[in-house]
Order: sequence, then C-alpha cells, then structure tokens
Amino acid sequence: MRRTLAILVGNPLSLLGLFLVGIVIFSAVFADFIAPFPEHRGAVVDFANFNQPPAWPNIFGTDLVGRDLFSRILYAYRISLVLGVVVLSIATPIGVIVGLVAGYVGGKTEYVLMRITDVFLSIPPLVLAMAIMGVLEPTLTNGMLAVTSMWWPWYARLVYNLTRSEKEEGYVLAAEVIGASRAYIIFREILPNCVPAIITKMTLDFGFVIIIASSLSFLGLGVQPPTPDLGSMVAGGASYLPDSWWLTLFPALAILIAVFGFNLIGDALREILGADQ
Amino acid sequence: MSKTMSKTMSGPILKVDKVGKTFVQGVHQVEALADISFSVMAGECFAVVGESGSGKSTLANLILGIYPPTTGTISYAGEPLPAKRQLVHRRAIQLVQQNPLSALNPKRTIGASLRLALDVHGIGAPSERRDIVGGLLEEVGLPAEFASRAPAALSGGQRQRVSIARALACQSALLVLDEPTSALDVLVQARVLKLLEKLRRKHNLTYIFITHDLCVVRNIADRVAVFEKGRLIELAATETLFTRPQTPYTRALISAVPVVSEEEERLRQRLGEPQNAIG
Repeated sequence: MRRTLAILVGNPLSLLGLFLVGIVIFSAVFADFIAPFPEHRGAVVDFANFNQPPAWPNIFGTDLVGRDLFSRILYAYRISLVLGVVVLSIATPIGVIVGLVAGYVGGKTEYVLMRITDVFLSIPPLVLAMAIMGVLEPTLTNGMLAVTSMWWPWYARLVYNLTRSEKEEGYVLAAEVIGASRAYIIFREILPNCVPAIITKMTLDFGFVIIIASSLSFLGLGVQPPTPDLGSMVAGGASYLPDSWWLTLFPALAILIAVFGFNLIGDALREILGADQ
Repeated sequence: MSKTMSKTMSGPILKVDKVGKTFVQGVHQVEALADISFSVMAGECFAVVGESGSGKSTLANLILGIYPPTTGTISYAGEPLPAKRQLVHRRAIQLVQQNPLSALNPKRTIGASLRLALDVHGIGAPSERRDIVGGLLEEVGLPAEFASRAPAALSGGQRQRVSIARALACQSALLVLDEPTSALDVLVQARVLKLLEKLRRKHNLTYIFITHDLCVVRNIADRVAVFEKGRLIELAATETLFTRPQTPYTRALISAVPVVSEEEERLRQRLGEPQNAIG
C-alpha cells in the first residue's frame, strides 16, 4: 500500500492521470449540479442564442440549436463512463474465461476457442461494430453490445498467453500432483497471477472504449440525438470548421482528457502491479 | 481399497514394469524411456541418476501420473496405477520439485499453498487445518507464523522446506524428490538433505531421489539406478556402485565428481582417468 502511494505521488504523470480521471468522474456524477443548463441535455432549442462562441454564461459556446455545450459535455461524460463500465464488465469476464480455459485445457478445446477468437480478431474492430450497429437499432444498449462483441477477444488473447506461461510454473504442477480440480487450478491458482495484467489492460481500454463509442457516434451509428454524446458532437461540428471551432474543439478536448487520464493511470497501475506482459 | 493406500508394508512399494514412453511431436517420435523395470522397497531411498536428457524427469512424471506410460505398467503397493489417477493415487505419491522459486504460487500465502493438500484430501476437520499447517511448518523447521507470509518473503532454502511440508501434508508414503537440492547453495543443501533424512526415518517414507549430483547420492541413497539415454543401464546398492561400477558410463559419472576424498582418490587411481568422460 505504501509502495502504491509512493509510485502514485512520486510520478507527476500518474498524479495528472488521477486528476483528469477525477474530473471526468466528478463531472459525470454531479452533472445535475454543475451544469449551468441541465435541461440542455435534451431536445431544447434556443434559436436566439444559436452558434455562439464561448462567452459567459455559455463558457464553451452554444451549438447549432442554441444549447450550452459545457452542460452537454458533462452529460456526455456520464454516457461515456456508463458505456465503458458496462462494456468492460461484460467483455472482460468472457475474454478471461475463454483465455484461461483455452490456455490451460489445451487440445481441441484450445483449438476451437482460439480459432473463434481469431475470427473476431481478424475483423477490424470498428468494421465489426459498424456491421452490428448497421443491422440493429442504433441505441445505447446496442452500442454497448457492438463494442462488447469486439472487445472480449483481446482479453481472451492476453489471458491465453499468460495462462500458457503460468501453466509451466511449478506451482501448477504441484496443484496437479496434489489432485486439485481443473477449475480450482484455473481460477484459484492461475487467475490471480493474471489479474495485474488484466486490471492494467482494463484501465488502458477504458479510454479506448470511449474512443470507439465516439467513433460509432461520429459515424451516426451510436447514441442518437438529442442524447449528448462526445462523438456525435465532434461529428456535428466538423462541417462548421474552422469558423465555429468551439463546436468541435471542446468535445474533442473532453475525449482527450478522459482517454489521456485513463491511459496515465493504466501506466501507473502497470508499474504498481508489476504487470510487464 | 482404504482411503489412504497402505503405508506400512514390506516388499516393493513401487514396481515399474517394462515401462516405456514415446513422445510424438508431429511426424517425429522421441523415445524418452525404453523398457525400464525396477522395484522400490518401502522405506528405501532410491536414487535415479543420469545427465540431462537421460529420461529422469520423464520417469518422475510417469510415476506421478502427469502422463501415462506408452508401454508397461507402474504398480503402487501391488496395485497397477491407472492412466487417469484418482485422488487416492494422488495422495499416495507426492513431489518435491527442483526449483523452489516457481513451486509456490507467488499470489498465495504459504498457509494457503499448504492447506490446498489438506482441503483436496479432506485431511483433518476444516477448523483444525490451520493448526495442521502450523504443525507441518514446524516439522520442516520453520516457525508456524510463516503460514501468513507470501513466498517472496522466504529464502530459497525456506521455500524448499515449504515444498517438503506440502508433500508431507498428503501423508504420502512415497515422495518423488526431483533434484530437490540442486537449486540451493551448498550449506542450505546440506541442511535440507539432513531434514529429508530425518523425515524419512520419522515417517518411514520412501524416496525416489532424482539427481545428477553423485555426492548427494552417496550420502543419502540406499540404491542407485543409472540412466543413460532413456535406458536403465545399472542398478546397484550405493556402495557397490561407487566401489565397483559395472559400466563405462557409470565410471565416467563417478569420476566426474569434483569432491576428492581419500577413498575416491584411491578409486580414481584404480580406474584410471576415463577416456570418454561426460562433461
């Protein structure tokens, strides 16, 4: 614990990461209290104030129908975080179990599981998600489903490789000789040794999930208007560059802050947990 | 068959009968062991020596049931061991590994590693197992408080003692010691050997002691089997083997022992310098 703190405090970059992620989480949780115009998260129009550059009280300016960008970004964080949490908490266990079983059991099981994983990995992630979203209704739930379906194979790969090397360790042989069950060896002996790498990857991935979700929205396949979403805000503003620069710049900066923050924390965790894989 | 396979018996506790093992790698077949037969008596320390690649470790894995033999049978206490071992077979034969750094799970405490054996085989009431773990640690010369420590907090010699305690936890009659001292420095080696000797007497254990270190063999073993390229080429009582080795290979192995005692010096002069010494 002391070492954890020492690494976090001793490294200005991980402190910055904590700070940025803190801002993101704080904004998402307390959006109702911080946002100057909470009602602007929905279908509100204020044509008297449309497309205004940053000025008080709209510190990030207003969008094409006159809504406060700052308020909308705060609410968009909420959606990004929910999406990240849901996607990772579904994709990670699936990938981890597939990787552990394939890596430990070997033989035909390994062949079947890893070939299925390879099929998913061979399709470019965004294309796969786009295909799924193209077939399904573009809603938040389906967005999560699409991103999850492309995310688990990376965990399967990671954990598979870790398991293959842990399997050769003497403690696994010892457990086998004692007569422990396969499930016990996989989940109680091998899994704890994979946890540092998994947690590190999850933290790093949090940022990437936000990017992918934003990319889907950017393409019009993600969260639909009027729900605020960073990707669709960037997309909506892109056609008005460079004149209405605030429409794109602030949502893009918001994505940058979130992704950068999670990456910095991921790097710090890698050091703390000693996950070099 | 009783829950614990018979421990107190005379005659061979382990019988290896015409055992061979061939590994198939793609189109290649590698014969790791061929036509091995020997018996290990209860309470004996049976050494298996040979250089790397002689099939010693394959033999250990066959006895432990990590994989089944291609030909032949291995019997324990007069009963042939099946290819797929049951818990009762697992409990009968335990292992102490060569590398104490990898033999303990770095993410679990010493106590948890020891307790696994008790849990799997239902040894002692669950409430007593904590004390049993403490007793096992004390038996191998470690304080019972070590149960709450992580393996990283222990030295190599201490970890090897924990590995021995884990093998004892199953109350096995037969321990396969796969180079248990070769990763340790000389002083620690001597202490671990002493401990193994003490435990053997106390619990009437049988050891299959796999090693390439003939000094150790001479100190601890009752009989020695010499393996070369997957074949058992010589089997004799320890003193006989050292004083009257029958094969050139064994002579070469013995003469490669670096420690020179007066007796060995005499032996060397009698045998002459080997022409085909194995490095």
